[in-house]
Amino acid sequence: MQKPIIKVRDLHTQYGDKKVLKGLNLDIYPFETFVILGRSGCGKSTLLRHLIGLQKPTKGDIYIKDNNFVTASEKEKGQMLKNFGMLFQSSALFNSMTVGDNVALPIREHTPQSDSTIKIMTRMKLGLVGLSGFEEFMPSELSGGMKKRAALARALAMDPEILFCDEPSAGLDPIVAVGIDNLILKLKKAFKMTIVVVTHELESVFVIADRIALLHEGEFIFVGTKEEMKTSQMPVVRQFLQRVPDDEDMDKDKYLDSLVGG
Amino acid sequence: MKKTFTQAGQVFTEFAVHLARISSLSVRSLYWIFVAPFRGKKLRWHLTFVQMVRIGVNSILIVGVISFCVGLIIAMQAAYQLERFGAAIYVADLVGVSMTRELGPLITAIVIAGRSGSAIAAEIGTMKVAEEIDALKTMALNPIGYLVVPRTLAMIIVLPCLTVLADLIGITGGFVLAVVNLKLPFIAYFNQTADAILFKDFITGLIKSFFFAIIIAQIGAYQGFSVSGGAEGVGKSTTASVVSSIFLIIFADLLFTMLFYSTL
Repeated sequence: MQKPIIKVRDLHTQYGDKKVLKGLNLDIYPFETFVILGRSGCGKSTLLRHLIGLQKPTKGDIYIKDNNFVTASEKEKGQMLKNFGMLFQSSALFNSMTVGDNVALPIREHTPQSDSTIKIMTRMKLGLVGLSGFEEFMPSELSGGMKKRAALARALAMDPEILFCDEPSAGLDPIVAVGIDNLILKLKKAFKMTIVVVTHELESVFVIADRIALLHEGEFIFVGTKEEMKTSQMPVVRQFLQRVPDDEDMDKDKYLDSLVGG
Repeated sequence: MKKTFTQAGQVFTEFAVHLARISSLSVRSLYWIFVAPFRGKKLRWHLTFVQMVRIGVNSILIVGVISFCVGLIIAMQAAYQLERFGAAIYVADLVGVSMTRELGPLITAIVIAGRSGSAIAAEIGTMKVAEEIDALKTMALNPIGYLVVPRTLAMIIVLPCLTVLADLIGITGGFVLAVVNLKLPFIAYFNQTADAILFKDFITGLIKSFFFAIIIAQIGAYQGFSVSGGAEGVGKSTTASVVSSIFLIIFADLLFTMLFYSTL
């Protein structure tokens, strides 16, 4: 059995009194595409923010290749971050720079490459996501799908070992969304990468995932392959797969009480 | 009564929290500017130059026009008083000393706080809302080193330069009034100004503008980083950055003037 590349142990987070993550344990293995699935507000974005070091958990540990990410010093963390690529939900391209400069920025800041080498590397990365020739465009001149592709090129700039994606197909039309899914599959084949995707879009999950974890109210209620998920009889899993809305029935008296503030 | 005390307590605590956070940001930025370069960390001069042009070169006109007007105004107010004693030539002293010691640095700082301090807050705030700050962090780039330091450094270099310019143009304003309106001889006014302004007057003005530069850049950056909740948040922080940096500039000015008045 391979050693996990990401280990999450007993991870707790709370905002004030509200517990968001309630003791998560998770192993993600090298070169797999791992999807964290869940409804809005289940804590999946919070979990992702912990994994990429934007937020510190209240309690618990995250190990990246046996190095504790939570207790690491700023310098150690910086070293680990250089092996990560992150695709943000909003793309988060730097709006004041051209697309080419966006992709070049991490290479320019972290490697001693010459300008001409950086230019070639930037072109290669943009070509990879189908955006050759867009170096001089500003992000505001691109469509939503192209922005996602450019952001993906930037995430891949440093040839990361782990790629994190936050809702890669959110806000895109179905055809462009499938394009992004296919791109992720292609990149997975081309590079030896571990990919961690956070999403709530079922269509894309079954295309890209090797394993899936379902996060519900701050706990993993299911972890397994997509086949296991399809055949699972757990009520929450079934509800998710069959897109059944929550009961909205409310007691008549309770409703009146809530209106008058009793 | 109790309620008033509770409110006063809350306001005070909030103020103290803000102050602590701004101080911590300033300490870290100044570390990156003055200490880190000696420990092998590079300053990003290319980013600093871009900011120097935005903050400095692009504000020359507005700073010039305003300080010329201020020079004229003080000259007129001084002449109004001094002419009664037949001492119109002392307008030169009043304009020269008050421009270099006080109004040059202060007016420049206030103009730049309104123009560039707010721009820093708006830019960083918009970046925060668009997750760009998070993107920087995940690329292992420190937002302080990458965003705040070039702006602070540019401000520290450019504000004293603009202040010297404001001093000169303000004095020229007084000069124009004296020659055209008060019919004072050109040479006499020039000599009077040169005698009146001491080196220390000039230097104390520049010391002030160095600290004003730190205040403007740090408050702008701090307000930018504390933006939350979209476009409205950016607007609020931008306004807050102007209000609080002007307040702090005047308060710092008071402290420095007290210090220089009693010691120099």
